[in-house]
Amino acid sequence: MRRYFGRKLLVYGLTFFVAVTVNWMIPRFMPGDPVSSMVARTGASNPAAAETMRVYYTNLFGFDQPLWKQYVNFWAALFQGDFGISIWVFPTPVSEVILGAVPYTLGLMIPSVLLSWVVGNWFGAYAARRKVLDNTLLPVGYVLTAMPYMWLAVLLAWGLGVVAGWFPVAGGYSFSMQPSWSWDFILDLLHHWVLPFSSLFLVALGGWAIGMRNMIIYELESDYSNYLAALGAPQRLIRRYAFRNAVLPQITGLALQLGVLVAGALVTEIVFSYPGLGSLILKAIQNQDFFLLQGAFLFIVLGVLIANFIIDIVYVVVDPRTRAGMAGAAA
Amino acid sequence: MSLQVDDLRVYYRTLKGDVKALDGVSFSMEDGEILGLAGESGCGKTTLGKSLIRMDGRMRHIGGTVELDGRELPIGDDRRMNDFRFREVSLIPQYSMSAMNPTRKIGRMVRELLRSRGATLDLDELESRLSLVELPHAVLDRYPIELSGGMKQRMVMVISTLLDPSLLIADEVTSALDVSTQKAVARALIGFRDAGFVKSMIFVTHDLALTSHIADTIMVMYAGKLAEKAPATAIVKKPRHPYTKLLLDSLPEVGVRYTDKRLAGIAGSPPSLLDPPAGCRFRDRCPIAGEECAQEPPMAEIEPNHFVACWKA
Amino acid sequence: MTALQEVPAQDAAAPAGVRREALYFALRNGKLLTGFGIVLALLLLGLLGPLFLSGTGSEYGTQPMQPPSAEHWFGTTTFGQDVFTQFVYGLRTTFVVGALGGGIAAVIAMLVGFVAGYRGGLVDEILNMFTNIVLVIPTLAVLLIINAYLGVRSVGAQALFIGLTSWPWAARAIRAQTFSLRTRDFVDLARLSGANTWKVITREIAPNMSSYLFMTFILLFGGSVLIASSLDFIGLGPTEGTSLGLMLQNANQWSAMQLGMWWWFIPPGAGITAIVGSLYVANVGLDEVFNPKLRET
Repeated sequence: MRRYFGRKLLVYGLTFFVAVTVNWMIPRFMPGDPVSSMVARTGASNPAAAETMRVYYTNLFGFDQPLWKQYVNFWAALFQGDFGISIWVFPTPVSEVILGAVPYTLGLMIPSVLLSWVVGNWFGAYAARRKVLDNTLLPVGYVLTAMPYMWLAVLLAWGLGVVAGWFPVAGGYSFSMQPSWSWDFILDLLHHWVLPFSSLFLVALGGWAIGMRNMIIYELESDYSNYLAALGAPQRLIRRYAFRNAVLPQITGLALQLGVLVAGALVTEIVFSYPGLGSLILKAIQNQDFFLLQGAFLFIVLGVLIANFIIDIVYVVVDPRTRAGMAGAAA
Repeated sequence: MSLQVDDLRVYYRTLKGDVKALDGVSFSMEDGEILGLAGESGCGKTTLGKSLIRMDGRMRHIGGTVELDGRELPIGDDRRMNDFRFREVSLIPQYSMSAMNPTRKIGRMVRELLRSRGATLDLDELESRLSLVELPHAVLDRYPIELSGGMKQRMVMVISTLLDPSLLIADEVTSALDVSTQKAVARALIGFRDAGFVKSMIFVTHDLALTSHIADTIMVMYAGKLAEKAPATAIVKKPRHPYTKLLLDSLPEVGVRYTDKRLAGIAGSPPSLLDPPAGCRFRDRCPIAGEECAQEPPMAEIEPNHFVACWKA
Repeated sequence: MTALQEVPAQDAAAPAGVRREALYFALRNGKLLTGFGIVLALLLLGLLGPLFLSGTGSEYGTQPMQPPSAEHWFGTTTFGQDVFTQFVYGLRTTFVVGALGGGIAAVIAMLVGFVAGYRGGLVDEILNMFTNIVLVIPTLAVLLIINAYLGVRSVGAQALFIGLTSWPWAARAIRAQTFSLRTRDFVDLARLSGANTWKVITREIAPNMSSYLFMTFILLFGGSVLIASSLDFIGLGPTEGTSLGLMLQNANQWSAMQLGMWWWFIPPGAGITAIVGSLYVANVGLDEVFNPKLRET
């Protein structure tokens, strides 16, 4: 078990290292001079402001220093939580801007990912090898999982928001409100949360249901299922065992899908102008705010790594074989 | 008489038509008898074993009856057959290494299995049987992956016989084991019979040498039909069917098993069971085949309890 | 679900009989035929459509915000652009991104998977570590950074970067398959008769899992299409031409939803869903054809 976690942590450590390095390299090795293009693209009308920015960026990139020194400085700044200053909301530190958006993204993602996983697994397991259900669930599942996240988001916003008028289609809360811990505000928050949540939930649901259905069918063909059936065990018991075993690859699958789920959340937020990381990234791109963009990137990588580690721990709890100190989980 | 099989026909459905894997098989077994069932792969021996307990999805019961202790087994009816499984007919599968749910502790799995069949676990009985096959009681608190291959094999043997079935089908149980473990398993199976855990047993194998050590009677199958059935010593010492003779000749020496490949010693290959030829099915490979072999030879009792399906025997 | 289940390799020997049987089932598999039928129809529309259309869909017209009519099948945008023309050209881009991105990812996945699975040992350890690192990094986030710094973006560059980042799960699946094929007799035989690694992989291993590789490519294709559409939607799509994702982005940016211009945002999304969904369904069909256990009897 120690070896299992050791390997995982090594991979995550290396991943973080690679991510930071890529983040550092891209502005430096892409064609063109990032500083002047950045300053130019911000379109700062005030020449003094433009000059301030130029000096600031040149210092920050440290182009006058040798490359290795730039790299070391980059890491040093990172460990002090210094991601630079945002251009879009100059001069707020990037870390502050991002921390303001993270709760919205997490509030959207955690419930939708967990619920879609649980419900999808349940549906898939229930439908497998039950002809009528299977024949209806499968096409629906495939359509859902093939949908671009933003498209379902647009459809829901249009249908239930614009046409039916049941839900607001933009923002995390009403413009007229000030964030506070009042019931009114919380209800308003929830009201705005429903549509983006549903769209994330639905797209992910299809994939989990299909995955579970396939895994269950595979498990029902397995030797232990055949043995139980040969000893006359009822379908109920066989299915229960199959489910338990099929859930394990689904947990691994959750880790594999994290990147896709994050991407889905980002574009869904953009559709609903939901004030999370996705909208922030859109703003960063529109305003050529590269520090904000790179900061958001590192935050996402960090979040995915932490989520991966949590999933690893859950896996060890659920799969007895990893605890028994035997080979079991795929690396 | 414990088991009575009458003209059993079981076909596999395939695209090209029915594969006649069991084409009119009749035999009977006494109480307490261990029947060795031998033949090349594809001769129908596994199909026969499966038919008696659980047919897979592509198998169809075409005709014939199976009676166990005077009651007919509804072998074509998966649901009705459930009442008989485990209690009357049980199985030690070929895949014992992977027969247990990998994510349940063995003891818990056994308890859940028994409860699902409406039986309660007699822990003392279970532990005494574990001792009989030299398994420590602690295995019940382990996961299958923590057991060695031989231990898993013995564990499955204990589980399969817990409800004292009348008939036990042991399907190629020794093929995955090394020679010394094979002998131990064979001894354990005889012990189970002697202790009365099972009344009678069909020991399916391609290993004629091993069969002769454990079986009372040996039945040789060829291309979906019975070729010869006789007491073990008679089959080994005085085989009458030319196929049995060739099968014995092709053994390098007693105790060394040949693998499940086509027998090197017999030229040619078995006929297709999609559209088997009329007459004796061994005719094309038979060194002594003659005119009369174009007619199908009936099963004849040439000596007491020695049955052969061959005109020349 | 964008990953094939990691199921042990099926029996490899594939003589002519098995192939004929596969074809027999393929021609009778509804899922396969419907799936490929839809993809083929859309592909033909993308290929041949422009021959019958005037303009490329980016020209501003005189009739803005028109709902679908005989003249404008899918209506027009706020700027009077013909949505159907954009759709047809967008299909082209989508297929190019899918084929290129999926193709590049498949090649990398095969290289890494075959070598890691066949050579094993230290090579496997290193490649596995590398695969896991790329696997854990969220693809879209990396693409965001790269594309943001790229001033001028082309469809080719987009496909290239998607291909470079989306191969890991496929490499892992191929590695597992290779691993189980490696110990088979026919591979041993080839190795004993002096064939080198490259020969064994291309002559013995790859042909014996060709169906699996093809299915992997299909999933990578679908994945590339979805990732590209997300990039387009965030505003990091190709700077020239149009694509289904860019259409969605424009529709969203110009408030098509609030203005009730459903004809602007429904076709592009439906197009992507149809392509990707049909590919997935066709893949299930293929799986049933090649894997007898899954066939309905």
